[in-house]
Amino acid sequence: MSNGKVIAQLENITKDFDGVQILKPTNLSIYEGEFLTFLGPSGCGKTTTLRIIAGLETPTEGTVKLEGRDVTNLPPYKRNVNTVFQNYALFPNMNVFDNVAFGLVEKRLGKAEIREKVDAMLQLVQLGKMGKRKPNQLSGGQKQRVAIARALANDPKLLLLDEPLGALDLKLRKQMQLELKTLQKNLGITFVYVTHDQEEALTMSDRIIVMNNGRFEQIGTPREIYEHPQNKFVANFIGESNIFEASVVSETGAKGTLTLMMENGHVLAEGEGFKYDEIVYLCLRPENIEISTVSREGFTLKGFVRDHVYVGNIVKTVVELPNGKTVQVNRNPHGELITPGMLVNLFWDPKDAVVMHTREDYVYDAIEFAVLGK
Amino acid sequence: MKKRSLNPNFLRILVMVGPSALWLLLFLAVPLVYVVVMSFCTRGLYGGIQYQLSFASYRSIFSSLYLKVTWKSLLMAFETCVICLLISYPFSWFLSRVPKRHHGILMLLVILPFWVSALLRLNGWSNILRDSGIVNTLLIKTGIIKKPITMMYTDGAVLFGMVYCMVPFMILPLHTSISKLDHSLIEAAMDLGANRFRTFIRVILPATLPGIFAGTIQVFIPSLGAFFVADVMGGGNSVYLGNLIQNQFLVARNWPLGAAFSVLLIVFTLVMLRLYTRIGSLDDLA
Repeated sequence: MSNGKVIAQLENITKDFDGVQILKPTNLSIYEGEFLTFLGPSGCGKTTTLRIIAGLETPTEGTVKLEGRDVTNLPPYKRNVNTVFQNYALFPNMNVFDNVAFGLVEKRLGKAEIREKVDAMLQLVQLGKMGKRKPNQLSGGQKQRVAIARALANDPKLLLLDEPLGALDLKLRKQMQLELKTLQKNLGITFVYVTHDQEEALTMSDRIIVMNNGRFEQIGTPREIYEHPQNKFVANFIGESNIFEASVVSETGAKGTLTLMMENGHVLAEGEGFKYDEIVYLCLRPENIEISTVSREGFTLKGFVRDHVYVGNIVKTVVELPNGKTVQVNRNPHGELITPGMLVNLFWDPKDAVVMHTREDYVYDAIEFAVLGK
Repeated sequence: MKKRSLNPNFLRILVMVGPSALWLLLFLAVPLVYVVVMSFCTRGLYGGIQYQLSFASYRSIFSSLYLKVTWKSLLMAFETCVICLLISYPFSWFLSRVPKRHHGILMLLVILPFWVSALLRLNGWSNILRDSGIVNTLLIKTGIIKKPITMMYTDGAVLFGMVYCMVPFMILPLHTSISKLDHSLIEAAMDLGANRFRTFIRVILPATLPGIFAGTIQVFIPSLGAFFVADVMGGGNSVYLGNLIQNQFLVARNWPLGAAFSVLLIVFTLVMLRLYTRIGSLDDLA
């Protein structure tokens, strides 16, 4: 985990391609020893941000600092930062040993020192006996390990990983996720990771930056991102969510608890800083909604059960509200017997509901629709 | 019992392969054998040959005069290769980096010269470069020089003509090799601390080596035999293997010697092709 010391900084970074700003003004501090993940749909600017840190891309505006030093105009070979590329980018004319030794040869280390270091690196990624193989004789997972060993051999201050597990099958990906996390913990090196896979991000990261459309939507720990999404995009992108539009009717007696008016009834939610009559988004995870034939004080939301699917540990139930919108509810299979066609009350613990300001630029909805189909 | 078991596909194979096999037999194998046989025959009194075994032609190949010509030809072919490579590598690199829409027109410019006979194009150059040619006339008229600079009918002119004719043969394989190069390899090398020069030496050059070899072979072999370049650009002053062979057949009428030089040329070609296939198989390993 991080010790609070800043290792890299992005100050007012922007990037234009062909006159289109694909990275909006961005500020970020990366802390020593942390596992930081850029998470977002393809084309959101996450890889560009990574490449700017690596020096493979020059920002249109702004400053990149590594350990307090301005490196904005330094080429990649003068930065103590290494990258694991998405397609591995192993040198096909060199064997595994020479691939891992590449950076060390450039540093003009002695032969014996290089051999010792490379052997240690190959041991670290469990490829001890593969040194003589050519890249085309390796499996995808092995290539991945070589790429990681090759980058780590240079003792980088910062290891950048650009969707390194994207080409692997699901089982191998899960295994490599844990291995990478263990590796990062043991070495204490700062990892900056790019992925579009939310589960990967939640599993591995100390901090996640959710990106969309060239800007940071939210920065936080996996738990903060999941439990307290700050806006509709994050709520939608991370996990399953039910998102409703509602207006603030009043604050009830308990501090911070709001009564919200939805199209089909009023409900309770906790939130601060919302004005009377403000239109808000209300976000609820399927596992946090309860349905029952008995009503709960403060809630008047009702709907018809349309469908339910038993998936072992939970029952996935779809409830249709009078306005035609459906709500996804995950229930304990041993709870009250609910069958399709029943009229049920919907309610939740106000603490579990996340209330969000609506964005003034509703362009967002259009983008989300295009990207996520929601 | 006599039973002929004919492969049922025999007829089909014969129909498909037969014509081209016949063609190759008549127009490649037979003449080739004839040339080899001729090189071991005795020279006829008025040209032509007498079928009488003789090694005289091969003996004269190894005379110092002809060895010099052979050496000069090899050197010329080698120089042509090197210069073509130096011109074509940066050009092919540029070609693989230009936007798609410019790519087609540039490729067309490379291939366009093939539409006009090389002989005509070289005669065009001769008009430009000779003593009373466009360049010299212009320089004299503008008063920059007093006497024309002799450019034509020198070894330099032959080299120029060779390079001019051969450059497309170098560009095409190089371009194929360079455009296949994975750009992320370059980024990876720079990321691992190699500057531009080191990246070129350690990553780009090895990855494009197959293209360099293919281009070199494709330039070297025709350079050895291209008699018309030496004729047009060198006048009578420069003798190379190509026009030496031509002279032996048509002027000196020493057919066996011409045939022997042809065999020598074929041997050089085979050696180069052998090298090429060796390197081709190396390519698979990379």
